[in-house]
Amino acid sequence: MHTMKKIILTLLVAFGLHGAASAAEGGIPWDKFPQEKVTDMAALQNGAKLFTNYCLNCHAAAYMRYNRLRDIGLTEDQIRKNLMFATEKVGDTMTVAMDARQAKDWFGATPPDLTVVARSRAAVGKGSGADYLYTYLRTYYRDETKATGWNNLAFPSVGMPHALWELQGQRAAKFVEVKDPHDPKKTIHRFDGYEQITPGQLTPLQYDEAVGDLVAYLQWMGEPAQGQRVRIGVWVLIFLGFFTVIAWRLNAAYWKDVK
Amino acid sequence: MAEFKEAPAGASLTTQVTTWFENRFPTAFDAYRVHMSEYYAPKNFNFWYFFGSLAMLVLVIQIVTGIFLVMHYKPDAALAFASVEYIMRDVPGGWIIRYLHSTGASAFFVVVYLHMFRGLLYGSYRKPRELVWIFGCAIFLCLMAEAFMGYLLPWGQMSYWGAQVIVNLFAAVPFVGPDLALLIRGDYVVSDATLNRFFSFHVIAVPLVLLGLVVAHIFALHDVGSNNPDGIEIKAKKDAQGRPLDGIPFHPYYTVHDIFGVCVFLMAFTAIVFLAPEFGGYFLEYNNFIPADPLKTPPHIAPVWYFTPFYSMLRAITAEMMYVLIACVIAGAAFGVLKAKVGALLKGAIVVGAVVLVAAMLSIDAKFWGVVVMGGAVIILFFLPWLDHSPVKSIRYRPDWHKYVYAVFVIVFLILGYLGTQAPSPIGERMSQVGTLFYFGFFLLMPWWSRLGEPKPVPERVTFAAH
Repeated sequence: MHTMKKIILTLLVAFGLHGAASAAEGGIPWDKFPQEKVTDMAALQNGAKLFTNYCLNCHAAAYMRYNRLRDIGLTEDQIRKNLMFATEKVGDTMTVAMDARQAKDWFGATPPDLTVVARSRAAVGKGSGADYLYTYLRTYYRDETKATGWNNLAFPSVGMPHALWELQGQRAAKFVEVKDPHDPKKTIHRFDGYEQITPGQLTPLQYDEAVGDLVAYLQWMGEPAQGQRVRIGVWVLIFLGFFTVIAWRLNAAYWKDVK
Repeated sequence: MAEFKEAPAGASLTTQVTTWFENRFPTAFDAYRVHMSEYYAPKNFNFWYFFGSLAMLVLVIQIVTGIFLVMHYKPDAALAFASVEYIMRDVPGGWIIRYLHSTGASAFFVVVYLHMFRGLLYGSYRKPRELVWIFGCAIFLCLMAEAFMGYLLPWGQMSYWGAQVIVNLFAAVPFVGPDLALLIRGDYVVSDATLNRFFSFHVIAVPLVLLGLVVAHIFALHDVGSNNPDGIEIKAKKDAQGRPLDGIPFHPYYTVHDIFGVCVFLMAFTAIVFLAPEFGGYFLEYNNFIPADPLKTPPHIAPVWYFTPFYSMLRAITAEMMYVLIACVIAGAAFGVLKAKVGALLKGAIVVGAVVLVAAMLSIDAKFWGVVVMGGAVIILFFLPWLDHSPVKSIRYRPDWHKYVYAVFVIVFLILGYLGTQAPSPIGERMSQVGTLFYFGFFLLMPWWSRLGEPKPVPERVTFAAH
């Protein structure tokens, strides 16, 4: 089977198929999301704060209950006091009052529900959904040709304006025209760095940290049981490893009669 | 009626109770003997023989987890997606049950593909096991229907558009197609009506048929006896009590053997369930975490991995490819007329048949023939017992170059599977067309190539080294 796999991979590489699909999708390559944040309670709590303050006005998380936030170390009292701004109860799910049809008129698309956004945005060959979100929320720039005045490198012509602009400040993107290496007659519009127009409340480093926390929260919210899942899984595998040895010896004990 | 037995005087309580039950329900005791303690299986089973019992295990996992999922799932287009997330979040242990079920679907195909490949390697479909194989192929068909309809239930984008694409295929059937597609959907697009009927089929109709076929598969197997890696009939050599010399009772020898296999399988299975349930987007597709939206077609619709080899063959049949297929039909008919040792009447029938077929191929849209090819790729498996004309059953005693034929077949199948996951591309299309010709060539030319070459001598008794 191993040699077979090698042959197939060789064939695929030879035909230049590998990665062809990922190159076909738009946007820039994704940055790597700092995965260790997903198990960092302080990061998750800060992410939850950012989420409820900046996202949960237009976007809902309609399958997520507020009191599930106890799993990231908050008490119901803290949740109610710091993260809930309307009249919901702590056992309610995170819905928004904005009318979906009006939202569509305003932004061109209804803001999607974010409960499982970190799971849905992954792409084979490009990275995890968290990688995408981590890149997306850090690649906004000013673009006066767009209705909202904002554009994004990871999601070109995005409908959402830069919701975190107060934190990051406003940036313009510089582009240069370079020759297409595959076709000398064509030029490519290539991104060549940002230019800060107005400063944000956070330094660029702090901003990356804050987005990391927010994405960690989104990743956790996509599957709140993920930590528990891995913990149980390790015990299941240890048990099965132990039991496999017993089954193996039991089998040998029976089969020693078979000549 | 069986004779009434008396427990011997002073027998233990266990014996007395057993005797009491055996006198009142002898069928169960006979069944235990026929299928377990006195079912003699060849002693030389190897690695490949684990997958039958593993398929049974996965079937049980699917049924048990399915029962619990149905307790919380809502087969309603407005509620289905949310109810799956409810299971994943609010139902205690719900995420384990759901991941076991979603991973189980893929695991089912893994073990069934390996189980079928075992049959192919050792000629397990050859006389007298043709019916065992046919029941197995029917199980495979049911499994495909079960998986396809189950995949609609989470009501994500891939669920929805996958179902839309596949149901639309039926619309390609001449004359009745559009009505047929309408009948399947129960609506003009995939909708709540479709979800409800697929739910009904998925949780009761198909599983009932599946269970019946599994029983038939195993009964037929136990009537004729298992094949083995040497492809030798162990019933040909029996001891004084009429037990095969190379056979051992299924219980305890293979039950204990399978427990070991189950452990190893469960290690891999639970590693996926607990550590990588999406399996890189192949077991749970990322797009399926977006609720179904009938107004928004995803840019790339790919079926789940286990259907992709067949999906590739469907996409391979373009208008251009039809000319190749027509050439194949004409070549086949010419070969039949010139070489086959049949009467003039039958030769005439071949010519007429070929002319009609070519006329149909020229007049009906390639899309329909794509559906025919995709269906044919599964249906052709049913005919395997009559396509294989090798003088020996097992690959072990066939000419060495047969192994390469099988290797090429496996590689082609895997490449077709890979291509089916990818967005269409010109080179991918060409490769899948060549792959389709190889796939069908393997089966349709088998009556010819399986006879070629010098088989090795088949031993009298199975090859077995004591553990």
